Amino acid sequence: MTALEGTSRQRSITYAAPVHKVSRRARVILAIRAFLTVIVALIMLIPVFWMATTAFKSRADAVAVPPKVFFKPTLEGFVNLLAERSVLAQARRQEMQARRDELSWIQRIALDAGTEIIGVSQYVGRLRNSVIIAGGSTVLAVLLGLLSAYAFSRFNVPGSGDLLFFILSQRMLPAVVVTIPIFLMYRRLGLHDTHIGMILLYTVFNLSLSVWLLKGFIDEIPRQYEEAALVDGYTRLQAFRKVVLPNALTGIAATTVFCLIFAWNEYAFALMLTSDRARTPPPSIPAKLGRGGIEWAAIAAGSLGFLIPVVIVTFALRRYLLRGVTFGAIRQ
Amino acid sequence: MADVALKNITKRFKTVTALKNVSFDIKDGEFFVLLGPTGAGKTTTLRVIAGLEKPDGGSVLFDGQPVDHLTPSDRDVAFVFEQYSLYPSMSVYDNLAFPLRSPLRNLSKDEIDRRVRETARKLRIEHLIERTTAHLSGGEMQRVSLGRALVREPRLFLMDEPLSNLDAKLREALRVELKHLQKAQGSTTLFVTHDQIEALTMGDRIAVLNKGSIVQIGTPEDIYDRPATTFVAQLVGTPRINLHEATREDDTLHVVDSTIHLPMPGKEALPSSFLLGVRPEDVQIHSEGDFPGEIVLTEPLGVETILHIKAGEKTMLSLVPGMTTLRIGDQVRFNIIRQRLHYFRLDGTRISV
Ligand SMILES: Nc1ncnc2c1ncn2[C@@H]1O[C@H](COP(=O)(O)OP(=O)(O)OP(=O)(O)O)[C@@H](O)[C@H]1O
Ligand SMILES: [Mg+2]
Repeated sequence: MTALEGTSRQRSITYAAPVHKVSRRARVILAIRAFLTVIVALIMLIPVFWMATTAFKSRADAVAVPPKVFFKPTLEGFVNLLAERSVLAQARRQEMQARRDELSWIQRIALDAGTEIIGVSQYVGRLRNSVIIAGGSTVLAVLLGLLSAYAFSRFNVPGSGDLLFFILSQRMLPAVVVTIPIFLMYRRLGLHDTHIGMILLYTVFNLSLSVWLLKGFIDEIPRQYEEAALVDGYTRLQAFRKVVLPNALTGIAATTVFCLIFAWNEYAFALMLTSDRARTPPPSIPAKLGRGGIEWAAIAAGSLGFLIPVVIVTFALRRYLLRGVTFGAIRQ
Repeated sequence: MADVALKNITKRFKTVTALKNVSFDIKDGEFFVLLGPTGAGKTTTLRVIAGLEKPDGGSVLFDGQPVDHLTPSDRDVAFVFEQYSLYPSMSVYDNLAFPLRSPLRNLSKDEIDRRVRETARKLRIEHLIERTTAHLSGGEMQRVSLGRALVREPRLFLMDEPLSNLDAKLREALRVELKHLQKAQGSTTLFVTHDQIEALTMGDRIAVLNKGSIVQIGTPEDIYDRPATTFVAQLVGTPRINLHEATREDDTLHVVDSTIHLPMPGKEALPSSFLLGVRPEDVQIHSEGDFPGEIVLTEPLGVETILHIKAGEKTMLSLVPGMTTLRIGDQVRFNIIRQRLHYFRLDGTRISV
């Protein structure tokens, strides 16, 4: 009895020791990793932090030397970005100050900077252009990409290898190389500075990405799923909708995010191929540099505001994106 | 339900010829088994019948009407796939209901529910019905796959090795149950297997397929007692048939290099050199048996025991009932039941005498 107890205790000791050792080492490694990750993240986030704080600084604070870490936040930058203002003469300024209480909070911010809001700035229209162009081209690229990826994955498309390479090659030339021919073509076709023109262009560029990405995801879905549906009394289109689509959601989400980020951030084509009607924020934000002194706060506000929609979409789709990472583990 | 006919079906995949001139008929209400080793073309045959694969030649007929131009859904067959075809994102219930929800069928919700639950009960998967299929065991998945076919009332059931992933107990139980269900409903079924026991126990008729060609079609008795080739003879029956080279000199058959010499008058039809097949149950130990031998191995299976008897250079397998007291090295004598011998030409085809 005692001998048994002795061995069992001894065993429990020999078991416990290495387990403890391993877990402590693992914990130290984990801590070091976490520390390094935080450092790297901090370094990467400094520009974003800088931008975010500058967006809320007043004109004076934005250019203060040394830079102010603590400051009185103001929405001046956003107002400057989104509103068209005129500089107030001394007399008018005093008159406005007198009836300050009647003014809206936006007007008050403008007044503090010695200006008056006389309308909505061009920037609002540009943001709307971005939503139309990026949204439209993303939807088109994902939709067309899904259909052609399905065809490439499931049917015997003659010369599919060459076709796929051709599609990929659409993305190989840098934008600056092709903008001039496209510029000339667009002038001729009346597509210059139009929403349709930009949507078409971004769709073509994004299609290469979406076809390839989605083909990978659809290849992963066993054909047998659809075959079972065909035998069970569904048409190919119904089988596609009921069986392929739900299983391809991860891929569709990932592709949507990638396409949206490209179309949303695109600069070179937008600079060359739009001037006013279809101009998007990326080429317009730097244009702020030139007008009436550098409005750092407004530029930062524009950049920050421009980031937000992409972050929201990515965040909304994160469930599918994360599933994409573990997809293989769940499926047989 | 329908009767089905295949007429000279040929199917090629690039360089491989998966099916060569395959023809057979399945009668209405028949349980027809397609038996063959791996790569024989069994799955391909089913896929051609279901319309998932277009044959390079030949025709498929349902009730005498060609269906070659029909889409899979219009052929109205139910297919139990070899690999799981269950949808991982759906529950077991939804998987079972999926075929019934087809726009083609237009069934009411209550009717669908009734049929799903009835099928689940028959296959004893009621407890799984709310689960998602992603975490089912292999056997559970196979039963759900079967269920997806059995909820329907198709013209024909196609089953591709539906019992292969089950443990022995469950397989036996389902074997009986499937056969029972099939007879009760009178459904026409084409059942694919590479397991000869499944084929013999379940089939009304069996077609043996090898390398894309039909070798023999017949009842289980035909296949077992009158195998058309050595391939069929070796495919069915465990333990395997004893197959040895033999010669005939006048009225005596000699198994080459062995102690077996059988006086057999009236076998003039046999060539001088041929293959002799003896089923193990036809090799019987007897104290006054005609042939001497030595036990080299015993395999007790409980109900019966397989004895490996060395007779000269050749080893004969013998199946004896129950457990045996014989030990390795024991000298024994045995008899061979002469009425049940099988004769084959050297190229493997059967010689009828
Ligand atoms: N899609 C395909 N492409 C190329 N070859 C194929 C294809 N499908 C089947 N084959 C070939 O056809 C032959 C028959 O295959 P099949 O799947 O019908 O065999 P099987 O009898 O079902 O075998 P198993 O018992 O292993 O399932 C095999 O040689 C196989 O490699
Ligand atoms: Mg197969």
